[in-house]
Amino acid sequence: MEKQEKYGGSTLTFEVIAIILGLMFLVPFYFVAINSLKTLGEILVDAASLPKDVIWANYSKAWDVIKFPTALFNSVSISIVSVVCIVVVSSMTAYRFVRRPTVFNKIMLSLLVASMIIPFQSIMLQLVRITSMLELRGHFYGIVACYIGFGLALSTFLFHGFIKTVPLEIEEAAVVDGCSPLGVFWKIVFPLLKPIIITVIILNTLWIWNDYLLPVLVIGSNKDLTTLPLAITRLFGQYTKQWDLALAALAVSIVPILAFFLFLQKHIVEGITAGSVKG
Amino acid sequence: MGNKKFSEWMQQTLFVGPGLLFFSVIVIVPFLLGFYYSFTNWDGLDLDRAKWTGMDNLNRIFTNDEKFWDSLWFTLKFTVITVIATNVLAFLLALVLARPLKSRKVLRTVFFMPNVIGGIFLGFIWQFIFTKGFYTIGEKTGWGFFELPWLGTPDTAFWGLIIVFVWQTAGYMMVIYIAAFAGLPKDLIEAAKIDGAGYGQLLKSIMIPMVMPAITICLFLTISNAFKMFDLNLTLTKGGPGTSTQSLAYNIYTEALINNKYGLGTAKAMLFFFAVSLITVTQVWLTKRKEVEA
Repeated sequence: MEKQEKYGGSTLTFEVIAIILGLMFLVPFYFVAINSLKTLGEILVDAASLPKDVIWANYSKAWDVIKFPTALFNSVSISIVSVVCIVVVSSMTAYRFVRRPTVFNKIMLSLLVASMIIPFQSIMLQLVRITSMLELRGHFYGIVACYIGFGLALSTFLFHGFIKTVPLEIEEAAVVDGCSPLGVFWKIVFPLLKPIIITVIILNTLWIWNDYLLPVLVIGSNKDLTTLPLAITRLFGQYTKQWDLALAALAVSIVPILAFFLFLQKHIVEGITAGSVKG
Repeated sequence: MGNKKFSEWMQQTLFVGPGLLFFSVIVIVPFLLGFYYSFTNWDGLDLDRAKWTGMDNLNRIFTNDEKFWDSLWFTLKFTVITVIATNVLAFLLALVLARPLKSRKVLRTVFFMPNVIGGIFLGFIWQFIFTKGFYTIGEKTGWGFFELPWLGTPDTAFWGLIIVFVWQTAGYMMVIYIAAFAGLPKDLIEAAKIDGAGYGQLLKSIMIPMVMPAITICLFLTISNAFKMFDLNLTLTKGGPGTSTQSLAYNIYTEALINNKYGLGTAKAMLFFFAVSLITVTQVWLTKRKEVEA
């Protein structure tokens, strides 16, 4: 028999403390929001109070200076294409690893898992060299190729753990019916992987969207491919201490990922729990 | 028979080939090349001009590179403090949110929110908070804490980085701890309560040992993230004032990409790899031994 926990005085105390702490967590967002609507002079005089006059012009100026539509488009397209490729490549690899656990495949899986410990810094300089040699640098497909390479390990590992639980019998029936190996995978196995696909999409999107160093090195001087983190960093390099402009630019840059989080938060929280328990 | 073998080979190529290709070209080959470049004077440009210089880079790092060792010491201090602070805060938040609070769902969202924003953005946001926001709060309340020159002195900049890192990471770990608490067997806790166990005893003898796998994961994630901190460092303090808050990752970055000493940078990056591996493998080995079966 399970007792329903009562909402007593101590719970109320905890509730109050937790809410105060929650408000403290939100203070930085409050500062960005209110100050992005003030003149620089007003920001410098008093950063804590609400704006006297709401200055929307900060936003239109920031929008132009960081070329927001281009940067947003680049961030979105690089993230989506990379994540789709990661899902396709790593699920196929993992499927084969589960169904044909040959010595080679087992070694490959251990190598993938072990590679997760390598810090990006230990690869980046040589990667710059290799991506230049292969003419991947400065190209859309080049940065996508890099994200596939770096995203594979964790994603394959997560798919591997999940596919192990998919019963073989369904596939055998399809093979008897004359389905090709690719057909079996895409038509029968892949749809069953939905929960883990969501986890893989979320973990990779959050990482790729916010990534800074890899795009700096691989996109480099090609300004047409500038992503949001690069655009913001460039802005801060040019306009130091222009907080009216900078805060408006920061606000528009973090809105897309915040919206992504708030819409999908149930999946995100579940995805992270699933991802970390397996990892 | 030959046909079947051929078909197997085709399938292996089709399914594993693409993954193997990307993994080799992007991760394995560059990583292995790193061991070679570490012993050269590569300047980032022409590889033909990179000469084998033997132990020169390592000699220089070990005998004549104070900044590298300062950044190692900074990174170690930073990692120890943030790992403890993040996990204690996350654990407490999870304990509180495990109670039937009315605002539980909203609070979970709030505590997690900083995590979805990248370190680059957070660093800039907090640069504003530390220089302008705190100053205003200090003026209004008169609390000296807020009137400190936060990013202006080595000590306060160090703590500034810690505050932001903990604020960013605690929510993520909290989510993992909440899931672990939800998986605790209720009858065991009820039985312990009936036997007269206090809250502290319950925590020490049942809850902590039972959520040990979650602790292993959270420690692993926080240690490796803190030890590899870069984005936040770049945009919040730029390693300053001076080079006092330069993390190892940032030191490697400046050595190679600012000073153009790619060979030396690679040598440092390889040492960095060994340090990260040693620390995380030791931690996982230590905490895994403490895990118990449910």
